[in-house]
Amino acid sequence: MRKNLNVIAAYSIMMGLIILVGIFQSWNIALSIFNLCLISAVMTMGANIQWGYAGLINFGIMGFTALGGLAAVLISVNPVQDAWSAGGTNILLSLFLIIGIVLAVRFVLKRYQKSKIRNYIIAAIIISGIIIIRLVSEPGIEAIEEVNPARTGFLGGLGLPIIFSWIVGAFFAGGLAFVIGKVALGLRADYLAIATLLISEIVIAIIKHEDWLTRGVKNVIGLKRPAPYEVNLQETEWFIILVEKFNSGKLVLISDLSERQAALNQFVIEGSSVFVKLCYSGLFLVVVIILLILTQKALYSPWGRMMRAIRDNEEAANAMGKNVVKQHLLIFVLGSAIVGIAGAMLVTQDGLFTPGSYRPLRYTFLIWVMVIVGGSGNNFGAILGGFVVWFLWIEAAPIGLYLVNLTTAGLEDTHFLKVHLIESVPYFRFLMMGIGLLLIMRYRPKGILPEKIEIK
Amino acid sequence: MDFLNALILLLNYIFVPALAYGSQLAIGAIFVTLIYGILRFANFATGDMMSFGTMVAILFTWYFQSVGLSLGFLPTALLAIPFAILFMGLYMLVIDKFVFKYYRLNKSPPVQLAMVSIGVMFVTQAAVRIIIGPSDRRFFDGEKFLIRANEFKEMTGLNEGLAIKSTQVITIVVTIILVSTLFWFLNKTKTGKSMRAYSDNEDLALLSGIDPKRIVMITWMIAAILATIGGVLYGLDKSFKPFTYFNNMLPIFAAAIVGGIGNPFGAFLGGYVIAFSEILLTYAYKKFFMYVLPESMEPDGLIQLLSTDYKFAVSFSILVIVLLYRPSGIFKGKIL
Repeated sequence: MRKNLNVIAAYSIMMGLIILVGIFQSWNIALSIFNLCLISAVMTMGANIQWGYAGLINFGIMGFTALGGLAAVLISVNPVQDAWSAGGTNILLSLFLIIGIVLAVRFVLKRYQKSKIRNYIIAAIIISGIIIIRLVSEPGIEAIEEVNPARTGFLGGLGLPIIFSWIVGAFFAGGLAFVIGKVALGLRADYLAIATLLISEIVIAIIKHEDWLTRGVKNVIGLKRPAPYEVNLQETEWFIILVEKFNSGKLVLISDLSERQAALNQFVIEGSSVFVKLCYSGLFLVVVIILLILTQKALYSPWGRMMRAIRDNEEAANAMGKNVVKQHLLIFVLGSAIVGIAGAMLVTQDGLFTPGSYRPLRYTFLIWVMVIVGGSGNNFGAILGGFVVWFLWIEAAPIGLYLVNLTTAGLEDTHFLKVHLIESVPYFRFLMMGIGLLLIMRYRPKGILPEKIEIK
Repeated sequence: MDFLNALILLLNYIFVPALAYGSQLAIGAIFVTLIYGILRFANFATGDMMSFGTMVAILFTWYFQSVGLSLGFLPTALLAIPFAILFMGLYMLVIDKFVFKYYRLNKSPPVQLAMVSIGVMFVTQAAVRIIIGPSDRRFFDGEKFLIRANEFKEMTGLNEGLAIKSTQVITIVVTIILVSTLFWFLNKTKTGKSMRAYSDNEDLALLSGIDPKRIVMITWMIAAILATIGGVLYGLDKSFKPFTYFNNMLPIFAAAIVGGIGNPFGAFLGGYVIAFSEILLTYAYKKFFMYVLPESMEPDGLIQLLSTDYKFAVSFSILVIVLLYRPSGIFKGKIL
C-alpha cells in the first residue's frame, strides 16, 4: 500500500479536480472532460507500450487514430445499396488487383535472387498494376460519388453495432503498423519519428481525399450510438422517475405544481445528457481497465523483462539470442492497435467522423506530451498523463482568462493590449503544454509517476 | 510554334513555381540539416521557428509601412528582414541558453533533444498565435508581376502566357545569394571549416582546439538567418499562416533527409527534388499533350498522374522510398 501512495495521491487529486469542475462549471463539462481523458489514456497506453517498454518512437499516432475512426464508419454505417450496385464491382476488382500485385511481388521476391533485374521487374509490376487499378477503379469511383452526393456519395459500411469497430479499429491500425514496421523499424530513433510522422500524413491524405470510402472532407455524421439517445430518454418513464427521485430535495421546495413540472423537465433534459455521458464513461472505463490489466501483466511477465532488456541494451539482448527485429515489430503492432481502439472510441463518442480534424498537433504531439508528462514505462503514469494533460488542455482557456484578467487588472477594459490578450486566450493552451513539457523534461525527466520495476 | 507553346506551358505551370517553392524548401532543409549536423538532433520546431521569424518581419514591415518607408517596387518586407534576423538570433540564443544547453552539456541522447524541441515547438507556436493571431496574413506590397501573362502573349504572339511573379524572382535571387554565401562560409572560412570539423567528429574537433560554445552560437545565428529568410520568402510568395508553416515542416524534413541529413548541399538539392516531384506528379498534362501530339491522338482524360490532393503524400512517399533503399540520402549524409 505504502509504495503505491504516490499513485493513489496523484489519482485522487486528478479525480478531485474533475469533481471540482463538475461542481463549479457543470457536470456535463466534467463528464465530457472525463470521457476524453479516458480516450486519451487509451492512446497514451498505446504510445507508452512502444516508447516506455521498447524505446520506439511512433509519431504516427494521428494516422492510427484516424484508421480507428475509419473502422467506426465502415462498421456502423448502413451500406449504400445504390453505390454498391453503381461501382461496387469495380472497387472489388481493384481490391483483388491490389492483392494480386502484392502476391506477385512476394512471388518474385521469393523466387529470384537479389539482382537489378529483379528490382526492375518489381517496379514494372507495381507501376503497371497502379495504372490498371486506376483504369478499373476510376469509373467505379465516379459512379459511387455521384450517388446522392449530398447525403451519401460513398459505399457506406456494414451496418453493424458500432462497438465492434473498436476491435476492427485495432486490427486496421495493427495492420498498418505491420506494414510501416516492416519498412521503417530498421531506422534510427529520430528517423523513425520523422518517417512515422510523414506516413501518418499520407494516411490522412488518403482518408481525406478518397471520398468513395470515407466521404472525405464532407464528413460522416449521425453514426450509431452504443448509448441511448437523449430524446428517447426524456420520454422514458423510468428515467423521469429516476430524475425525480434524484432531485426530490430540490423539487419539494417548489410549491406551485406547474412550476414544479417545468423544473422537473429542466432536470430531465440536463439529466439525460449526463446519463448518456455516464454510459460512455462506463464503456470507456471498461476498456481502460481491461487494457491496464493486460499491459500490467505484460510488463511483469518474462516478455516484459525481455522488452526492457532490448530497450536498455539492444546488442546485449541480441547476443543473448533475442530476436530484436521481431520483438520490435510485435510491440509496434500492439501499441498501434491500442491507439486504433482509441480512435474508434473517439469517433463513437463524437458520433461523427471528420477527416479534416486530424492534425498532428492534437493527435500526435499532444499524446506524446501526455506520455512524457505522465511517466514513460509506467502504465499508471501514462494514464495519469492522459488525464492531467487533457484536463489542462481543456481548462487552459479559463485559467488563461483568469490570469489575463489578473495581470491586466490595472488596464481599462478597452485597452488594446487587454482586448488582444483576451482574444488570444485559446492559444494559452499551447503555451501551457510547451512549458509543462519543458519543465518536466528538465526537472523530472521520468515523468510524474516514474517507471518503477520491482523484481518479484 | 506548338512546341514553343508547350514549352512555355511547362515553364509557366511547372518550372517557375517549382523553382520558387523548391528554393523555399531548400532554405528550410539547410536549416534542419545544420541543426542536425552540428547540434545533433531533429528539430521539430523548424516550422514554428520559421513562422516566428516571419512574424517579426511582418511586425517590422507594418511599422515601416506606417512611417511611410518603402523600397519602391520591391516589397517592404525585404527591408524588415535584417531587423527580424537580429531579433530571431536573440530568440534562438535565449532558447538555447534556457532549453537546449542543459541537454547538450549532459550529452543527452538525440531522442531526448527531439522531445525537447517539441516543447519549444509548442511554446513558439503559442507565442506566434498570441502575438499575431492564427489567421491568414498577406504582407506583400510593391510590384506584383515581373511579366504578366497577357504582356507576354502580346510580346511573343504565342497562345500560352508566361507569368512571372516578382516574389518568385526575389525568392530565387535571394536563395542563390544566401546559399552561395553559406557554402563559401562553410568551405572557405576558418570558422566554417571548424564547424564542419565539429560536425564530422566532435572529439577530434575539441582536441584541435575548436571552441564548441562558439560553434554552437554561430550555428544558431546561421539558423536564425535561414529561418527568417526562408519564412519571409514563403510568406511573400504565398501568405503567412502559422498552421501552414507548421505543416511545411514535413516537406522540409523530407527534403533534408532525401538530400542526406547533415549534408547542406544535399539538403539544398533535396528541396528541389521534393518540389519538382510534387508538382510534376500532380500536374494535369492534358494541355501539354494537346500541343505536342497531333490532333488525332489528343488525350481525353486530364493525364494527371495523381490528384493535387496528394501533393504532400508524393514527397513523403519519395522520402520513404529513399529511406528504404538509401538510408543515408541521395547525396551521402550521416549514416543512420
